Amino acid sequence: MALLEVKDLQVEFPLGRKTLQALYGIDFALDKGERLGIVGESGAGKSVAAFSILNLLSKPGRISGGEILFEGRDLSKLNDKEMRTIRGNRISMIFQDPMMTLNPVLTIGTQMVECLKAHRDISSAEAREIAISKLREVMIPSPENRMDSYPHELSGGMRQRVVIAIALLTDPSIIIADEPTTALDVTIQAEIMALMLELCKTNNVGLILITHDLAVVSQVTERIMVMYAGRVVEEGYTQEVIKNPRHPYTRGLLKALPQENRPGQRLNQIPGSMPALDAIPAGCAFNPRCEFADGDCVKAVPDLVGEQGHRAACVHVDRIPAFVGAGGAE
Amino acid sequence: MSKVATFLKSDFVFRFRRDKVAVGSFIVVMALVLCAVLAPLIAPYNPYDLTTIDIMDSEIPPVWDKSEGDARFLLGTDPQGRDMLSTILYGMRISLTIGFFAVLLQATIGVAIGLLSGYLGGRVDAFFMRLADIQLSLSTLMVAIITLAVFQAAFGAELYSELAIFMLVMVIGIAEWPQYARTVRASVLAEKHKEYVDAARVIGMSQWRIMVRHILPNTLSPILVISTIQVANAIISEAALSFLGLGMPVNKPSLGSLISSGFEFIFSGSWWITVIPSIVLVVLILSINLLGDWLRDVLNPKLYKD
Amino acid sequence: MFVISLIGFSIQDNLGDPLRELVGQSVSEAERDAMRERMGLNDPFLVQYGRFLSKAVQGDLGNSYFFKKPALEVIAAKFPATLELVIGATFIIVVFSVPLGVFCAINPKSWFSKFIMGFSIVGISVPVFLTAIFSIYIFAVELGWMPSYGRGETSDLLGWQSGFFTWDGFVHLILPSFSLASIMMPLFIRLIRSEMMEILQMDYVRFAWAKGLYPARVWFVHALKNTLLPVITVGGVQVGTMLAYTILTESVFQWPGMGFLFLEAVNRVDTPLIIAYIIVVGLIFVVTNTIVDLVYTWVNPTVKLVGQKS
Repeated sequence: MALLEVKDLQVEFPLGRKTLQALYGIDFALDKGERLGIVGESGAGKSVAAFSILNLLSKPGRISGGEILFEGRDLSKLNDKEMRTIRGNRISMIFQDPMMTLNPVLTIGTQMVECLKAHRDISSAEAREIAISKLREVMIPSPENRMDSYPHELSGGMRQRVVIAIALLTDPSIIIADEPTTALDVTIQAEIMALMLELCKTNNVGLILITHDLAVVSQVTERIMVMYAGRVVEEGYTQEVIKNPRHPYTRGLLKALPQENRPGQRLNQIPGSMPALDAIPAGCAFNPRCEFADGDCVKAVPDLVGEQGHRAACVHVDRIPAFVGAGGAE
Repeated sequence: MSKVATFLKSDFVFRFRRDKVAVGSFIVVMALVLCAVLAPLIAPYNPYDLTTIDIMDSEIPPVWDKSEGDARFLLGTDPQGRDMLSTILYGMRISLTIGFFAVLLQATIGVAIGLLSGYLGGRVDAFFMRLADIQLSLSTLMVAIITLAVFQAAFGAELYSELAIFMLVMVIGIAEWPQYARTVRASVLAEKHKEYVDAARVIGMSQWRIMVRHILPNTLSPILVISTIQVANAIISEAALSFLGLGMPVNKPSLGSLISSGFEFIFSGSWWITVIPSIVLVVLILSINLLGDWLRDVLNPKLYKD
Repeated sequence: MFVISLIGFSIQDNLGDPLRELVGQSVSEAERDAMRERMGLNDPFLVQYGRFLSKAVQGDLGNSYFFKKPALEVIAAKFPATLELVIGATFIIVVFSVPLGVFCAINPKSWFSKFIMGFSIVGISVPVFLTAIFSIYIFAVELGWMPSYGRGETSDLLGWQSGFFTWDGFVHLILPSFSLASIMMPLFIRLIRSEMMEILQMDYVRFAWAKGLYPARVWFVHALKNTLLPVITVGGVQVGTMLAYTILTESVFQWPGMGFLFLEAVNRVDTPLIIAYIIVVGLIFVVTNTIVDLVYTWVNPTVKLVGQKS
């Protein structure tokens, strides 16, 4: 059985008179040490999916259906106290912007030690030792001194390393990383990504990487899940999906990547934009932006079809020509 | 007419109608303002007219006091024999007048300075904002008390009481401009670089015209919210100053000086001289504040915070 | 820099004051001239100002006309009473507004929060002198639980006439302190609530939840400390307002403090005393602003004092 299994997860935001549906029943699974990428434009519901695992949805969002099975227990049914034993202990999170993630008025040491002490019955001195060793693992120079630093005294890249160290503190079995490199300088992005990949491999930690960057996903993850308007539109082994995308939306995302071998060429964009939560089109939500759309597309929401390991939710899967997008990101 | 119709159908009016507190406080404020404006018409006596006042009528309790009440004086009389109802109506008129004009003065100074320092920037901006910092840290009431005390000492009480309304408006008006200036400045800075302002400049509109025609309308909702709350504050300040004897004189009382003049009688049993104007004052301020709170929630303007 | 400009302002404010010593004295024009000459009031403006300043620096602000004693001495004698009132009120404000504000921020929908918010807007709308008058009326006159006027018995503590340590003095403090606190407390409850609600939405608070910390730790360590930063700044600004309100409170309770003294001085046109009061108030501004700056720096690690290595 998989370590984490999400079944038919539905999330809604009740707002006054109307209720907005953010997730329409999504399924995915993660094995021990496996790395999964969740991809999509902003508003696709990928962050909502990630936050709902730890029940950290921003108000008034709530899980309205489905199960989140972690080691056989349904996380969505745990009370606050039981949830605390999971959060930051068995499953950790890394947020997008390291400038905002660390509390500006507390030292790095305080923020690391408090996390350890919340989950382990150890002394402050022991917690401090563990924290320093984790800072060393994420390649922070002179970690002993950094323990007494405040976040504003560190650079963005250093701060994200600290956040990663905090995520690793309790040797969790899963790390959920929500766009962990988006807010960083391009040069540092690759460094941080490489560090995360290496740490996950050496510690055998599962990773759920949320990003809109297909290039990053293809380098880091084994499996990929493409989301659009609160639904999964394509999922499978990363290399399979990248080389042979079946859903027009995935194709669009891949085409939009800059091509290394064709400098100077115009970037391809998907026309239009992600629909708002209260204006999702009938049928396949992508149909107004899709070059292959016809009358069949508005009839019903298509199911994921195909063999295990590569499925796509498009009624025209068979009609869509082979992808010739010049090798994707590789 | 079509503009009125659009307004009545707007979201603003819809939310107003649904909120009982907002409707209630709006009605109370309007009723009180109307009473104040129409005071000379509805008040049974003219408290400024000394010929109608008989000292023998002093300290008569309100009519519902069966034994001593007098049907001529609905809310009783004060120590000088003035009808309380009339005096309160006239007093409210003075309080509201001072509140309104003081806020008008604040808004005028504040908006002008805010526009200038936002648009011109540089040293002008730095100077005015530093000035605003100082002004804010000094506390309006403290400045007002000291200034008025000094003026009273300088002019003598006689002359001072003649000038009281004017002085109160000036002091309260001048002391509170920074809030407006900061808010307007912030929105000017936000609007300044937007395309439509650039476009207006390209067409060759003058700077003043751009500011007044294009930027000012965008600052209206924060100004409205601030003004509502500031009127309440101004009335409180006026009442406090009058209570200290630095505001309106007893022969031309505002609500504050009325409360003050009744204060010495409260323990001898003549509670109504203090209590009734106090209730009017609190109801007035509370309604204005509730209205201001509601406006802030609905319009949700980006007020300058510090 | 801000503090310096404050000093400049408060001194400048006093430029014209010595000239008014003449006003309100019924003497003939000739006598007046002679007196002016004697008092050096015909000297050039700057000379007078310089003289005033040099005396002021030595702590000599002239004698009070009424008390026939140095004005500063008179004020200093009343200072402890006002200070005790302010300390009492500040204590009440902090003890009530922090927990209530935090509670309202954490449970914005509970009926108790709504009650507090409603109560606070009423609190803002009732002028402080009314609270004072009616608390006397209810608790002192009608119920007779509390004394109504004055400061009560004081004890001598190292030369400080304090009302804190005698029961009578303490009881006398309760009503005035509460009245003084009544106007600021709702303000701070509202401020703490809105700041805290904003902070609770921040990423670092979410991250703290994601770390699996106890709610108490998230609220009181992660959120509250950040909430207090703007509150401290506002608190510094409010010190001036608080002083102004002491004048009102003291006048209602006939509290023998600086504010009450100032009002008497205004009525008696006791100019040296008025000036002395203004200067003392200016001084209090400067001192409290400096203290607030220091506290802010101490709480907020991102601001470092000049000279401290970053």
